Amino acid sequence: MSYQGKFRVWRGDDSGGGLEDFTVEVNEGEVVLDIIHRLQATQAPDLAVRWNCKAGKCGSCSAEVNGRPRLLCMTRMSIFEEAETITVTPMRTFPIIRDLVTDVSFNYTKAREVPSFQPPKDLAPGEYRMQQVDVERSQEFRKCIECFLCQNTCHVVRDHEENKEAFSGPRFLMRVAELEMHPLDTADRVDQAQDDHGLGYCNITKCCSEVCPEHIHITDNALIPMKERVADRKYDPIVWLGNKLFRRS
Amino acid sequence: MARAQIAARTLRTDRWWLPPLTTFAGLLLISIYAAFRTFQGDFYWVDQYHYLTPMYSPCLSEECVPAASHFGQPLPALPGFLTPPVVIIPFLLGFRITCYYYRKAYYRAAWASPPACAVAEPHAKYTGETRFPLIAQNLHRYFFYAASILLCVNIYDTVLAFGTGLGLGNLILLVNVSLLAAYTLSCHSCRHIAGGRLKHFSKHPVRYWMWTQVSKLNNRHMQLAWASLIFVCLTDLYVALVASETISDLRFIN
Repeated sequence: MSYQGKFRVWRGDDSGGGLEDFTVEVNEGEVVLDIIHRLQATQAPDLAVRWNCKAGKCGSCSAEVNGRPRLLCMTRMSIFEEAETITVTPMRTFPIIRDLVTDVSFNYTKAREVPSFQPPKDLAPGEYRMQQVDVERSQEFRKCIECFLCQNTCHVVRDHEENKEAFSGPRFLMRVAELEMHPLDTADRVDQAQDDHGLGYCNITKCCSEVCPEHIHITDNALIPMKERVADRKYDPIVWLGNKLFRRS
Repeated sequence: MARAQIAARTLRTDRWWLPPLTTFAGLLLISIYAAFRTFQGDFYWVDQYHYLTPMYSPCLSEECVPAASHFGQPLPALPGFLTPPVVIIPFLLGFRITCYYYRKAYYRAAWASPPACAVAEPHAKYTGETRFPLIAQNLHRYFFYAASILLCVNIYDTVLAFGTGLGLGNLILLVNVSLLAAYTLSCHSCRHIAGGRLKHFSKHPVRYWMWTQVSKLNNRHMQLAWASLIFVCLTDLYVALVASETISDLRFIN
């Protein structure tokens, strides 16, 4: 079951570019990345695309297919009509290097801004003891493959380049949440989330959760719980009073 | 380095505009109905069967029908066009407006921020919930506390209505409070207060259990938000129709 599929692929670099039309053979069971590879092999040998595992685990082949942020290797051709023209473009939020490859170093900069795990000072490596229920929440966030599709789709930076400095994006707010919920982490992550990583910019429209290929509930399990912790700290005098009365830190 | 030059606002080919449009139409219709009923000031109490619409509960001012004021009338008659619900509506509205689900719904549907995922928003600037007035969304938990009290009042009204027998109205009121309870308990603030704020679940097994139960409900928060909102209106409509003698209540006992 093969057919000739119609594709529009963005070609260019930071000096300019546009969508180019191609007709490429599509076979049963293929994914969009297979088509891009066939396009490279048969018609556009200089087409740039970043990929690695072809199994949805390395997070390399993030792009946009028909305008929706997706992993090229996990987007089956069977979800499209045979007559449909499929548009493949690079992630919009990040600077373009060439064709489908973007410079995602914004994310590495933001990753470095999150202080690392800080265990209690009197606890040596090897002495960590914790129960499964205490680490379950953080473990969900460890499923992240760092494809940065959530960062790409978040309108806070996608539509407003000027917010990139103040806002770390859902991936790294989730990292802050992961550490904040870790039973052995002693750092104060709540003020950091609001003041240093721009949690207040998030208006919980859930696009990060919608595009996550690992189906992590980023908004419900990381961002909203962090917003609630910030509300505890900054906006809830009842909690403040309780902390004073019962001498909780 | 610059971004890839793509002029189109979005390259999405699906009907991405349909969900925000449906949401907007739904919220607008319900708002119009709720405003009309709020300022109608009538047909909220069925004396024969003790049905009180949730929109007028508790009825605390002097213009209320005395039998409908289950908690007395501590407030004087309200001036001008104001009706009894204006005392409680701000709390109910506040709970829904600051709700994490409704925020998503109206930010997308009414403010196009963004209208849909990967569709560019029309605004030149964006500061999110970092400053006034949207920073007030952080008050959600206070509205949750108020809504919880009003839920208890609604449950009390529903139980009282069973004192006159059993009719379709009783069942409608019962389903209404069940949906309101499920929506209120599924709230993200409730989930946080129940146990989400803890770092060590293993040290607080009861709160961990409560958190897991609220989390199960929380997974259905959007569905519960819509179901409870629509059913409040349907309950109010039924009470209004019976109170105005447009229809008669279907009675099973008495």
